[in-house]
Amino acid sequence: MSSPSSSVEPAQVLNQTPVVNDFTIQVATVNGSGSQTANIVILRAIFQMGVPVSGKNLFPSNIAGLPTWYTIRANHKGYVSRKKEIDFCVAMNPETAQEDVMSLRPGAAVVYDEQLKLNALRSDLVFYPVPFDKIVNAVTTDAKLRRLVRNMVYDGVLSHLLAIDLGEMEKALSKQLGKKPKALQLNMSALEAGRKYSVENFQIQHPYRIERLNKTAGQILVEGNAAAAMGCMFGGVTVVAWYPITPSSSLPETLIGYMRKYRMDKTTGKATFAIVQAEDEIAAIGMVIGAGWAGARSMTSTSGPGVSLMSEFAGLAYYAEVPGVIFDIQRVGPSTGLPTRTAQGDILSTAVNSHGDTQQVMLLPGSVEECYTMAAESFDIAERLQTIVYVMSDLDLGMNTWMSQPFQYVDKPMDRGKVLSDAKVKELGATWGRYKDIDGDGIPYRSLPGTPAPAYFTRGSGHNEMAQYTERPDDYVKNLDRLARKFDTAKTIVPAPVVENAPGATVGIIAYGSSDFAVLESRDQLQAEANLKTSYLRLRAYPFTPAAEEFIRRHDRVYVVEQNRDAQMFKLLRMDLDPALTARLRSVLHYNGLPIDARSITESITAQESAR
Amino acid sequence: MSDATAPAPVPPKKVNRINLDVASYRGSKTTLCAGCGHNAITERIIDAFYEMGVDPKRVMKFSGIGCSSKSPAYFLNPSHGFNSVHGRMPSIATGALLANASMLGIGVSGDGDTGAIGIGQFVHLMRRNLPLIYIIEDNGCYGLTKGQFSPTADLGSKAKNGVVNDLPAIDTCALAIELGASFVARSFSGDKKQLQAILKAAIAHRGTCMIDVISPCVTFNDHEGSTKSYAYAKDHDDPVGDVQFVPFFEDISVDYEPGSTTAVTMHDGSHLYLRKVAEDYNPSDKMAAIRLLHESSSRGEFATGMIYIAPDQENFLDAMHMVEKPLAFLGEGETRPPKAVLDELMESLR
Repeated sequence: MSSPSSSVEPAQVLNQTPVVNDFTIQVATVNGSGSQTANIVILRAIFQMGVPVSGKNLFPSNIAGLPTWYTIRANHKGYVSRKKEIDFCVAMNPETAQEDVMSLRPGAAVVYDEQLKLNALRSDLVFYPVPFDKIVNAVTTDAKLRRLVRNMVYDGVLSHLLAIDLGEMEKALSKQLGKKPKALQLNMSALEAGRKYSVENFQIQHPYRIERLNKTAGQILVEGNAAAAMGCMFGGVTVVAWYPITPSSSLPETLIGYMRKYRMDKTTGKATFAIVQAEDEIAAIGMVIGAGWAGARSMTSTSGPGVSLMSEFAGLAYYAEVPGVIFDIQRVGPSTGLPTRTAQGDILSTAVNSHGDTQQVMLLPGSVEECYTMAAESFDIAERLQTIVYVMSDLDLGMNTWMSQPFQYVDKPMDRGKVLSDAKVKELGATWGRYKDIDGDGIPYRSLPGTPAPAYFTRGSGHNEMAQYTERPDDYVKNLDRLARKFDTAKTIVPAPVVENAPGATVGIIAYGSSDFAVLESRDQLQAEANLKTSYLRLRAYPFTPAAEEFIRRHDRVYVVEQNRDAQMFKLLRMDLDPALTARLRSVLHYNGLPIDARSITESITAQESAR
Repeated sequence: MSDATAPAPVPPKKVNRINLDVASYRGSKTTLCAGCGHNAITERIIDAFYEMGVDPKRVMKFSGIGCSSKSPAYFLNPSHGFNSVHGRMPSIATGALLANASMLGIGVSGDGDTGAIGIGQFVHLMRRNLPLIYIIEDNGCYGLTKGQFSPTADLGSKAKNGVVNDLPAIDTCALAIELGASFVARSFSGDKKQLQAILKAAIAHRGTCMIDVISPCVTFNDHEGSTKSYAYAKDHDDPVGDVQFVPFFEDISVDYEPGSTTAVTMHDGSHLYLRKVAEDYNPSDKMAAIRLLHESSSRGEFATGMIYIAPDQENFLDAMHMVEKPLAFLGEGETRPPKAVLDELMESLR
């Protein structure tokens, strides 16, 4: 066990109150330079020291050579959303170094390659020039390896400068590279060389440091896409069809790994699943619908552009009443827009995805744990309602690393919905019709191919209760009205919102998805800085349940926080609400491609409150 | 009714090997135009499934959009059917067959549904060699939207309104062979015997059976100057040789001269006898098959018959290595890993 040399450091901090376990590190590198391992090691080491932490990768749509930033936030109170201000900067990218340094607030610290001479830029920052080449050259003679371990040198420097236990760093490193002993040894040497240089050459002049806490015991670190993949596996998915797209691909790719490991017979090699990389998103959703129609639990994962391509089929599934699950890992814009930046921009278009009268069911996971639970639950809901269920995650939730309590095993029996059993066939006899509302909940009984149950012919909207072709106006209206009834039934099936009514609060906040973490922090800021007490409702699904309206009725003003320009959820709420209540709604929007932060919410709400 | 008199003897119903009469293979009444080639194809499908003794409850029917795509409603009423969206039937069929690989799939498409909007999914279906009978009811035009040219219309063919097609046709058979389909045939809706034999062989095959059937549109494309009219098809049909199919359950021995006929043993033990018209023609030679198609079309004719067959080529469903029981019917005991797996995953993330 290496010593954190804590006996030396406090004395070296010059005339500053230490800032313990509450700061943000930003590492600026070039993508493709292998910095991910180095960054994850810092993140994990802090996590292992019991300090709440989150890691966010801000990366370009590029394989190698463009700037990328990795932000690590440590916070003793457990705030893990993005923080606007950077306290500690590691400037490894010559292209952006000047701008990175110029954007820091006074008092921030900078570790940089001494060749960049960044210390000349500003006099109000703390600079630590590191001769990376010299240190790396002593570690290895291989030019290619030198490039790869360079990043590990800054880990060593940070271990000293931020009092991150070297032993924990080494533990984290061996978790990352444990299966590659040679690489592990080399990186360990670089880590130690970096630390040694820092100890011997730097006097600590900044206040930031990590101290052990006990706030992460038993927790896990995971990305939302991996969590969703686990949920799919334990939810019993059998057919997966997908097409690569950022930021969704890691979901099916992780799922493939899990399924090969846990859903394939070790001796026969036989699989209880089929996964197809389709030719495009249209084919992917077609396969999902075909499989769902034939009785499988089927899913695809995509992002906004994919959902757009799927929308014709989405309408068919709505009218033909076929179950299936679509994960939408939301991102900014079409084409070469900002495919690697986060947003909650598909809410409005997905709610009515497709042509004609359509209403779609959306689940809104607000944490990695909900990525897991909602993934598993989505199949039950899709089969119960015989419709597509959209799980609306986003890049921030899906691709970034989050702390979580470990996931609970799914032990609820699967709900396969209203599928005609032999007994039901006998009970209903000739009165069965594929689109007949026998139970009054708008959900008809379906039969599956390959079973003794009677067959039917599946089409779009032109069918009567018996699934016969019709263009009669009354048949069409009857069918549409039943589908609307089914959507009402959905309100009793989808996850209810999480509501926290603060006694006496006149102001409420409504948010959903990855905004939750920033809202939690912002509520504390509003209370502490503006003495504003707020209630909070976190939406977890569309259609809305009556709880949303009750919440709005209970408060004078309700701020709807979301990560898009057009106030999409705000508009959906207005469409559904008692018109007398709509004037109570306000909007807080964040849409610059970065994950939402608490300060932006606090500023917007404070400004709107004081402008009243 | 009295028991005193015995009822008049009813002549025994003609049934197939699974005791079903041909009516069990029929569908709803057609709504296509009288004389439409598609209706003749429907009849051949009914006969082929009846004669092969396929249980209709073991069949799934698929289609896209167009006149052709309506036809699955006109055969095999006891089978589940899915009339999907334009050009995307292959993906629906792929998903359904993955969900239940024990079923027999038949898809009906048209020349627009396949060659235009659906060309992408067609290409990848052929590439995957998914076990599916894929029939193109090919009339070179869009019927439901009133006669526009489709991508299989020949260069120089004239539309009813006098417009001449100025683009070359896509040869769906050549494309299918090139892309990996393991059973490729072309026929004419008016050639009852040949089409019937091809369809029966297709039922016996495990892989993509791409069957392009020239099927004249009596309303929009049956006039002088059209290369997809009945008259033109009859005059330019260029059979590559007789197709004779003997299913595994029929004990028939066929006498043939080894030099003049190719015998193909199908996956289920059925036999396909293809009489050669050309000495060097080998239906399992891709290059020869593509050459034959090009030579025939350069003479202004269209080759019909069994163009290409690879009876043992690996198909998409086998390549998935799925458990025997259809995925659709797997319960949580089979698809939800035990808690120990979750514990292991959680431990790896600590």
